[in-house]
Amino acid sequence: MANGLHGATMTQHSSLLALEIRGLSKKFDRPAVDELDLTVRAGEFFTLLGPNGAGKTTTLRMVTGLLKPDRGSIKVFGIDVSADAIGAKQIMAWLSDEPMIYERLTPLEYLYFVAGLWGVDNKTAETRARDLIAWLGLAPYAQEHCEGLSKGMRQKVALAGALVHEPRLIILDEPFTGLDAASARLVKNVLRERVAGGCSVIMTTHILEVAERMADRIGVMSAGRLVAEGTLQELQRQAGAGHASLEDTFLALVSADTARSSIAA
Amino acid sequence: MTRAGTLTWFAQHETRLVWRDWVWLLSGGRRRRGYTVALGLLVFFGFMHVVVYLTLLRTPVAFPPDKPLLVALGGTLLLYWSLMLSQAMEAVTRAFYARGDLELILSSSASAERLFAVRTVAMSLSVAGMSLALAAPAINVLAWLHGARWLAAYGVVSGMAMAAVAIALMLTIALFRLIGPKQTRLVAQIVAAVMGASFVIGVQIVAILTIGTMSRIVLFQSEKILSLAPNPGSLWWLPVDAVMGNPLALTVVLGCGAILLAGAVRFCAPRFGELAVAAGSVIASRHAVSQRGPRFRPKSAGQALRGKEWALLLRDPWLMSQSLMQLLYLLPPFFLLSRSFYGQGHGAGLVVPVAIMAAGQLAGGLAWLAISGEDAPDLIASAPVSTYRVWLAKAQAVAAGIGVVFGPLVGLLAIVDPVDAGTAAIGIIIASASATAIQFWFRAQVKRSLFRRRHVSSRIATFAEALCSITWASAGALATNDFRFAIVPGVMAIAFLIGAWMLSPKRVC
Repeated sequence: MANGLHGATMTQHSSLLALEIRGLSKKFDRPAVDELDLTVRAGEFFTLLGPNGAGKTTTLRMVTGLLKPDRGSIKVFGIDVSADAIGAKQIMAWLSDEPMIYERLTPLEYLYFVAGLWGVDNKTAETRARDLIAWLGLAPYAQEHCEGLSKGMRQKVALAGALVHEPRLIILDEPFTGLDAASARLVKNVLRERVAGGCSVIMTTHILEVAERMADRIGVMSAGRLVAEGTLQELQRQAGAGHASLEDTFLALVSADTARSSIAA
Repeated sequence: MTRAGTLTWFAQHETRLVWRDWVWLLSGGRRRRGYTVALGLLVFFGFMHVVVYLTLLRTPVAFPPDKPLLVALGGTLLLYWSLMLSQAMEAVTRAFYARGDLELILSSSASAERLFAVRTVAMSLSVAGMSLALAAPAINVLAWLHGARWLAAYGVVSGMAMAAVAIALMLTIALFRLIGPKQTRLVAQIVAAVMGASFVIGVQIVAILTIGTMSRIVLFQSEKILSLAPNPGSLWWLPVDAVMGNPLALTVVLGCGAILLAGAVRFCAPRFGELAVAAGSVIASRHAVSQRGPRFRPKSAGQALRGKEWALLLRDPWLMSQSLMQLLYLLPPFFLLSRSFYGQGHGAGLVVPVAIMAAGQLAGGLAWLAISGEDAPDLIASAPVSTYRVWLAKAQAVAAGIGVVFGPLVGLLAIVDPVDAGTAAIGIIIASASATAIQFWFRAQVKRSLFRRRHVSSRIATFAEALCSITWASAGALATNDFRFAIVPGVMAIAFLIGAWMLSPKRVC
């Protein structure tokens, strides 16, 4: 089980790639993800940036098994997602921007439910759930139905759900949407601590400052492809001289790609 | 152009919204499908005229009406009115509790009273429209066969709709005052459902207790009822006289309806804003639960999924009442069964089809909640649990619910007639499995709060579920006499199931 593996195996497999995507494609009415290659190292905080409709969420939904790719392969810690979806899911957690929680369960019950789905034993689940509830400042609401919770509280409950089975790879889609400053800081701290503990995090965000401060490496997607990836410095080099901030760099990279696509078209 | 904020402006706005809602209901967002459904409805409407014509062709209709006709028509009007009242209660509750554009309007400088007045009239039109859609074939055929005076029934139905909405409004306001906005929502929904069923069930129970049958028609024409009913010429028969074209009676019925509605609007409109705000604060309020800690401790993924389904259903009184309300219709067969139990009749066999039908319908609702009404589909899909195990756990959750509800009934039946009990048990299992399978094939991803509108998402699934339940119930009824008789409806039910599977968007086996 992932819970048991976490820690010891992390050190053993630290040279492994947390995520390896090769030639990934997905088409709806038009191509959403187009021959994407992407790698994320174990223990890395990777941020995926891109304009609306760039294919970030589609990519991450395919990684978590929520969407079936048309082509390409996805491996999570060496496990092929299409060949062993259950095995891959066991070590992953997915958190979307719109927290999907059950209105009539309490936060504690929600965590027990998620722990049950991931096969975490009762005793461990109880300890972890109570720790997470306290850590995320949810203790006063632990016995209330989630329907009365604010957006930020719900997001925290969902985050706790993503952490209760101690995943090796956490995938977050716009986790800071609707969070107040204090909650956002708390979530950032939680993620930092997880990464420090050896966990890998992949996150999409439109808040470039968050990406700039938190990410080890940043990937920039545009029109379903990865147009640049690397550390902030590497991205700045790729974008050319004169781009001091990530915002400038991002805009330069995306507009350059848009221009290239227009010329190619 | 109409001045913003006036009654006419609100009326235009509401008409546009209602029209688009109807178009969407018919078409599901696809124009071609809308035409097909509209054509289908027209054909069905025409078919209903033919059926009613064939039924009424040889039915004697005395004019002036004799006592049996007065009782039959009066009973039908009462039945309709109980359904109208139920529908009106639902509509009024929605008007107060559904947020939609209410917060936008309440936060604007526009008059909420005017909006309320317009919405009340729209409710009356909607209640009248729904009832007329059902009654129109009978009215038209009666007018064709026995004279245009029967067209006055359209006016009577409209008057009854106005009265129903007025009473529903006053009742809801009274509930607000008596038990507060928090409980009113649930109580009003239950009252609505009980009202809808009460007349049918009440008449059936009276029929069982007095003449030992469930038939309403036999009861209405029984000597006992005819002797108790008022004589022709009594004021009690005023609505019936209006239906049969008496202009004075029609004016009285329409006038009373209009006066009641106007009075209710006048009384309720100034309070609408305040009550809608109170209802809104209930929705936003927190619902604390026991401090003893959660009882929900799953040991496996299957247990987690089953436990979650039961916990969510048990904790949502509205969903619970909506799901279980159809079980009210099991009351008459229970009475019949109790008579058989004490040796006062031989109606145990009648329980079998009713139980099978109810089980099919209840299973359909529960399966929809478990499968389509999954509020965290991404969480379930991203969990390390195979799809098969997820569906199995959800089907088990439905089966357990059916077992809890129908187990005691089958047990009681087993004491009276073990063979009938066995037949009922088999029928209940098959009908529930069929309804669950149909919901599985036609699964969608929607919020469970849209439970009441689940029939809209797939009409094929709705029809297939109803047809399967009916045919399995028929099979059960015939099987109580001889199992061989059940073959034909059984084969039909299987054919409906295969048809539903072939038409389903996701063919999965």
